[in-house]
Amino acid sequence: MTTITSRTASDDGTQPSENAALPRNPGMPLDMGWVNRVHSNRSAIERRAAALPARRTVKKEWQAAWLLRAITCIDLTTLAGDDTPGNVRRLCAKARQPVRQEILDALGFEQLTVGAVCVYHQFVATSVEALQGTLIPVAAVSTGFPAGLNAFEQKLQEITASVKAGAREIDIVISRQHVLTGNWQELYAEVQAYRAACGEAHLKTILATHELATLRNVGMASLVCMMAGADFIKTSTGKEPVNATLPVGLVMVRAVRDYYEQTGYKVGFKPAGGIRTAKASLDWLALIKEELGNEWLNNHLFRFGASGLLSDIERQLAHFVTGQYAAAYENPLV
Amino acid sequence: MSVMDIFETMEYGPAPEASSLALNWIQARQPFQLFINNQWVKPLQEQYFESSNPATSKALTQIASADAADVDAAVAAARQAFPSWSKTPGHGRARYMYALARHIQKHARLLAVLESLDNGKTIRETRDIDIPLVARHFYYHAGWAQLMESELADYQPVGVVGQIIPWNFPLLMLAWKIAPALAMGNTVVLKPARYTSLSALKFAEIVQEVGLPAGVINIVTGEASKAGDALVKHPDVNKIAFTGSTDVGRSIRRTTAGSGKKLSLELGGKSPFIVFDDADLDSVVEGVVDAIWFNQGQVCCAGSRLLVQENITDRLLSKLRARMENLRIGDPLDKTMDIGALISPAQRDEIAHLVAQGIAEGAEAWQPSSICPASGSFFPPTLLTNVSPASTLAQIEIFGPVLVAMTFRTPAEAIELANNTRYGLAASIWSDNINLALDIAPKVKAGSVWINCTNLFDASCGFGGYRESGYGREGGKEGLYEYLKPAWQSNTAKASLKADNAQEEAMDVQDVSILNEIQEATTEALPAIDRTPKLFIDGKQARPDSGYSLTITSVDGRVLGEVGEGNRKDIRNAVEAAHKASAWATGSAHNRAQILFYLAENLAAREVEFAHRIVAQTGRSYADAFHEVQVSLSRLFSYAAWTDKYEGSVHRPPLRGVTLALKEAIGVIGIACPDEYPLLGFLSLVAPAIAMGNTVVVLPSPGAPLSATDCYQLFETSDIPAGVINIVTGDRESLSQILAEHHDVNAVWYFGSAAGSKSIELASSSNMKRTWVNYGHARHWLDRVQGEGEEFLREATQVKNIWVPFGE
Repeated sequence: MTTITSRTASDDGTQPSENAALPRNPGMPLDMGWVNRVHSNRSAIERRAAALPARRTVKKEWQAAWLLRAITCIDLTTLAGDDTPGNVRRLCAKARQPVRQEILDALGFEQLTVGAVCVYHQFVATSVEALQGTLIPVAAVSTGFPAGLNAFEQKLQEITASVKAGAREIDIVISRQHVLTGNWQELYAEVQAYRAACGEAHLKTILATHELATLRNVGMASLVCMMAGADFIKTSTGKEPVNATLPVGLVMVRAVRDYYEQTGYKVGFKPAGGIRTAKASLDWLALIKEELGNEWLNNHLFRFGASGLLSDIERQLAHFVTGQYAAAYENPLV
Repeated sequence: MSVMDIFETMEYGPAPEASSLALNWIQARQPFQLFINNQWVKPLQEQYFESSNPATSKALTQIASADAADVDAAVAAARQAFPSWSKTPGHGRARYMYALARHIQKHARLLAVLESLDNGKTIRETRDIDIPLVARHFYYHAGWAQLMESELADYQPVGVVGQIIPWNFPLLMLAWKIAPALAMGNTVVLKPARYTSLSALKFAEIVQEVGLPAGVINIVTGEASKAGDALVKHPDVNKIAFTGSTDVGRSIRRTTAGSGKKLSLELGGKSPFIVFDDADLDSVVEGVVDAIWFNQGQVCCAGSRLLVQENITDRLLSKLRARMENLRIGDPLDKTMDIGALISPAQRDEIAHLVAQGIAEGAEAWQPSSICPASGSFFPPTLLTNVSPASTLAQIEIFGPVLVAMTFRTPAEAIELANNTRYGLAASIWSDNINLALDIAPKVKAGSVWINCTNLFDASCGFGGYRESGYGREGGKEGLYEYLKPAWQSNTAKASLKADNAQEEAMDVQDVSILNEIQEATTEALPAIDRTPKLFIDGKQARPDSGYSLTITSVDGRVLGEVGEGNRKDIRNAVEAAHKASAWATGSAHNRAQILFYLAENLAAREVEFAHRIVAQTGRSYADAFHEVQVSLSRLFSYAAWTDKYEGSVHRPPLRGVTLALKEAIGVIGIACPDEYPLLGFLSLVAPAIAMGNTVVVLPSPGAPLSATDCYQLFETSDIPAGVINIVTGDRESLSQILAEHHDVNAVWYFGSAAGSKSIELASSSNMKRTWVNYGHARHWLDRVQGEGEEFLREATQVKNIWVPFGE
């Protein structure tokens, strides 16, 4: 085998897990000259998105390791109208122990947790309590999620309340109308206000990319959110007809890269919605690795918004360990 | 490495495609024999050569090396199969071709692995690009076989076709050659490249599997210098189709000159990749990867010249360098490799040599820090900056993973740089401004133009070159004509006899009374006013540089007048004038149509005079001459009609977008007119050429040039812009030779002797211009089928396919 290893990680020495002391993005003045320079050619982006999974794949030990990494990046999420404290507590229990211990043992891991638990404000307190004794942060969707059409003051109050209840991450939805009407100044001001309301809590801005209609809008909105101080930019609410897709992801991570090159600040990226298979999670990790590099391959800078994904990853890991396909009922419910 | 370690480093691991099945397949069959008449046949000399895996430098197998006698056997088999295959109804041929497509899909993975082992290209490319395109090509052409009888009723297959293919896309090039040939009812002898025979030999097995009639496809492996050469020279081969280097193409042109073999050539390139400042630069970077690091850059249409708008150069190049760091180079059978092995150590050394030469000339080279495997023929992706158009590396085809970058300031300069090359195969244009992109596309001299994409191929979209990148198209309907001839030519001997008879008959009927009348009319009372036509260059009558005149006499020896004796300098001036008039092509077709109608109107006003002139020069009857003038009028009307109707088409390849197939003018065409029909022969050639937007340098009928020179005033009064038609009288043979050798003449049409045809084809190899010659066969110019129509229009145009993906 004459395979050459890529130098990305080995040469720059950055280990994916060494990003704990990452400086937060402070934001910058809105630079419309830059925003207006965004070009996103859909056909070309779709070709890259289609080719990428065919150009990169991981097998055997590599696949198992990457899947474990994927688990640590999951924002394990429940955002349903019928959520109750009961099912939220069950979710938190799964967040503590996302993979059966016997599988972890076989893979040489003592412990592994997901990146965060993501719930509505109603269940922040429940989750914080259920996750006592772990480092798993609770994220709250906010600002009138998913449509984001509540009164502005209410949105700010919602953020404040969630932070007060113990949420360490706030997933806000932007006002899509500002993008669709080209009112970038308003979008900038809105996100800046959310950031201020978050205080120490990290701000994830959900673009609801499907509703932004064009990839150029996605690219421009990504930049404006980062200029306004977003810690993460996130694709979707999970409630849109189409949620996280690789083409949308490409546009957003390229905006993240652009922002980093211009300002020196690393902003995180969270695709959410529609990522259900282990294979899909590997494609996303490869996309991040190729476009942003290994520094982004950890839960400080990358998250999946997902729930069902974990079940499929667990199944694949069990297969790797045992060489046999597991029945669904053998893995504890999410 | 433990899972925990990998969890920390997040590196890629090996992802090998199994090769054991392919290796077993090779093992079970070696040594490989020749495939003739659906049988595996030992080469008569029992010579074999070794084929190796370029990624490991290890031998794979032994393959038969055909020599001339083996090629004879293959051609004989193809000849024997031809009558029944060409008469097999289209539906029957379509069934066979459908079966071929299905079987290719059935064996897709084996073919993909064999191709990777044999060529060194990555399994990702063979699996996702080469083999699916191969299947698509057979499906598409199965369709044409089905439709041939209705859609191409006036055409017949050429006969036995010799096809020589390169090593860079072994099976895909086989498909591009064999599928249209078979669909149109030809039989084939194909020679794969010496380095890459295996997928063709697997294809031979598929031919057996589907039960294609014996002899329809024959595959002779071997050396270019033996098998290839024998095929090119074989007297019983009706057409040669070649893909490969321009040098070899040139030599094939010379070898086949005068033989009457049809010829299509897909040659080299140095294709521009043009980036404007409003392009999506991240997508541009991926485009560059697909342009020059696809198949290790061993692609004739590789985007090897990066032309960047100056104000974005630094940004784009820094993005590109960062992307190059992530390119993975190594084992072609590893599914995660972007770049595999070059075809051979010799190829690698040649590339290294050229890069070193470029650096010596002042270029700055940049390569990523990843290391190539130590064994096998690998070369790292390379970016060369500080390169100018004068640099060697900006001009010659490197055929490797080496990109040269240059800058431009304006769209006009981008076009100038893009066209500053001997080649013209492809171009890529990147801009988010549709106005700009669609303005640039027609101005680039290239057969394929990709807007915001690159290296896309589809069976429905013709592929082929301008300039020294060759001629002929593969794919699309236009590609079919490479394997067809007009039905009337099917019995050339009979046709020419008929035309000759018509000519003789015309000659026999000399209406002396008419001649006498003319004589009387012109000699009565006062002497006629002297009329001495000069040459017609740039819309003006110009004295011949030589200062000499030629006397034109009637059949009975009377002096009819004198014309200038043109020479090299007159040809030079005429070609310059023709180029100056190139705006003729970009004007509206409606305008050109109007002018042709008007030309007919003005000719009609002087029809009697023109008829008399024909009588005087040829001694034919007045009625006969008058008829020639009438047919000429009709012909002008035909091309006036075609001008705005011989249009391109819109293809729908499998992507969200369209491919616009434009029929573009070729440029400057040199035309040597036939001896017969001084007016009709002249106009039958000039009219289609200028109708399609070409400008012409015409050598009129040597014996009867006055019908052409009489047209000067017609051209002037018909508003034909200066330089669109230039006429040089004199010795047709020597002047046409000068035209054929002139590098700034884009095509030559010659209707004279067999010897003259041969020397035109030979001379054309100087810049690989297109030629259209008659090999000394007469054509029945009065006949509408032979004397006008699409055959002429096809010769007057070249198809450019502009790929326009869309979506916001």
